[in-house]
Amino acid sequence: MSHESANATLALAEEIHQQTTHMGSTRIMEVCGTHTVSLFRSGVKSMLPENVRLISGPGCPVCVTAQGYIDAASELCSKKGVTIATYGDMVRVPGRGGSLAEARARGGNVKVVYSARDAVEHASTHPEETVVFLAVGFETTAPATALAVLEAEARGLENFLILPGHKLVIPAMEALLAGEEVPLDGFLCPGHVSVIIGSEAYRPIVADHHRSCVVTGFEPKNMLQGLLRLLQILSGSEPELDNVYSVAVRPKGNTQALSIIERVFKLDDATWRAMGVIPKSGLALRETYARFDALKRFDGLDVNDDYDPPGCRCGEVIQGKVEPADCALFGASCTPMKPVGPCMVSSEGTCAAWYKYGRR
Amino acid sequence: MCLAIPGKVVELKNEDDEVARCGTVDFQGNRVEVSLALVPDAKLGSWVLVHAGYALERLDEKDALETWEWLKEAKIVDEIPEELSPS
Repeated sequence: MSHESANATLALAEEIHQQTTHMGSTRIMEVCGTHTVSLFRSGVKSMLPENVRLISGPGCPVCVTAQGYIDAASELCSKKGVTIATYGDMVRVPGRGGSLAEARARGGNVKVVYSARDAVEHASTHPEETVVFLAVGFETTAPATALAVLEAEARGLENFLILPGHKLVIPAMEALLAGEEVPLDGFLCPGHVSVIIGSEAYRPIVADHHRSCVVTGFEPKNMLQGLLRLLQILSGSEPELDNVYSVAVRPKGNTQALSIIERVFKLDDATWRAMGVIPKSGLALRETYARFDALKRFDGLDVNDDYDPPGCRCGEVIQGKVEPADCALFGASCTPMKPVGPCMVSSEGTCAAWYKYGRR
Repeated sequence: MCLAIPGKVVELKNEDDEVARCGTVDFQGNRVEVSLALVPDAKLGSWVLVHAGYALERLDEKDALETWEWLKEAKIVDEIPEELSPS
């Protein structure tokens, strides 16, 4: 870190300490898995006063995906002529019949792609294959999938499908609050999801659930600015919404991206790992695009089946109910080299971050 | 999965096609084709924030360069996809 930014970071940390001197214990959830990792690796987490507790939320796309989805993908990739195209994070998540990586070792067709565009391109250059793109992730990746579907339509591709699995951040935050099992004072809201949905999207969390929200980017200085702002709000009497990442996040988000999502998808109930079905928290293809839906093309896939591997507490970890170290498997039989649950697989998973960067 | 990286648009393609609009984006020396369909007002020379092959938003040059400074200092460049790493 340069002297200038190191000094700015230290000054902010000092301000946070002063701000919290007279505050009681404060519980803040960072919703986003990228924040979890960035808070650890930048040292921000260790700069915070004892009475500020950061709790990781359901913000790692791989971790919140129900097991049935992984099993459905494994089943599909072993079908003749079917290729699964997926972001790399998904391939090592263990399912009932093993992970996609293991399915590939047994002869299944799994292609790791960097982008949904690459999946469309693969379908175009491999007309003999049926390419099923694993459409997972939050609002950051949903517009990409929507555009991939529109591109496949424009190019007349019959062999490009998606396995719908996109999830929405706000309904999950609302479900957590409604559950009332994890006391929370406020949220550090995800920077790049918010680029799409806009800072005003969090208004219901503030107005209806009376929790403060601050939209924050990923640089250490910006995360500290977000935490300081949130603590300042929490020391007042009214919940508030603020955005310290306005260089990229507009109040109404990216309206073009939102309109493209709206064109291709409709809201649908979705199954989250261990959280069950959350109403209108997922995206399903509209009727017009039903021909791109792997769930319609192939019979008998149950993406809503959900279970934790024996002993695994990932389901509680993603809801902030327990910390990784509370799980008996953590660091023992479950490590990044041999993960049992998704939170240890994904580089953005809470367990992987704790394992790599320490336990505070 | 949700970290977006800034780059500069150096070439535009399919400009008038709402879905196929794309361009070459320069990531500190590494040039990659990226969809520009979500940033209809991006022009040659614009800085954009790119995630998984799609530009999500425009960014001011000053903010983009600050982000790159952090990506390099914090050695996050080592972990971002090869396509977007500086050459």
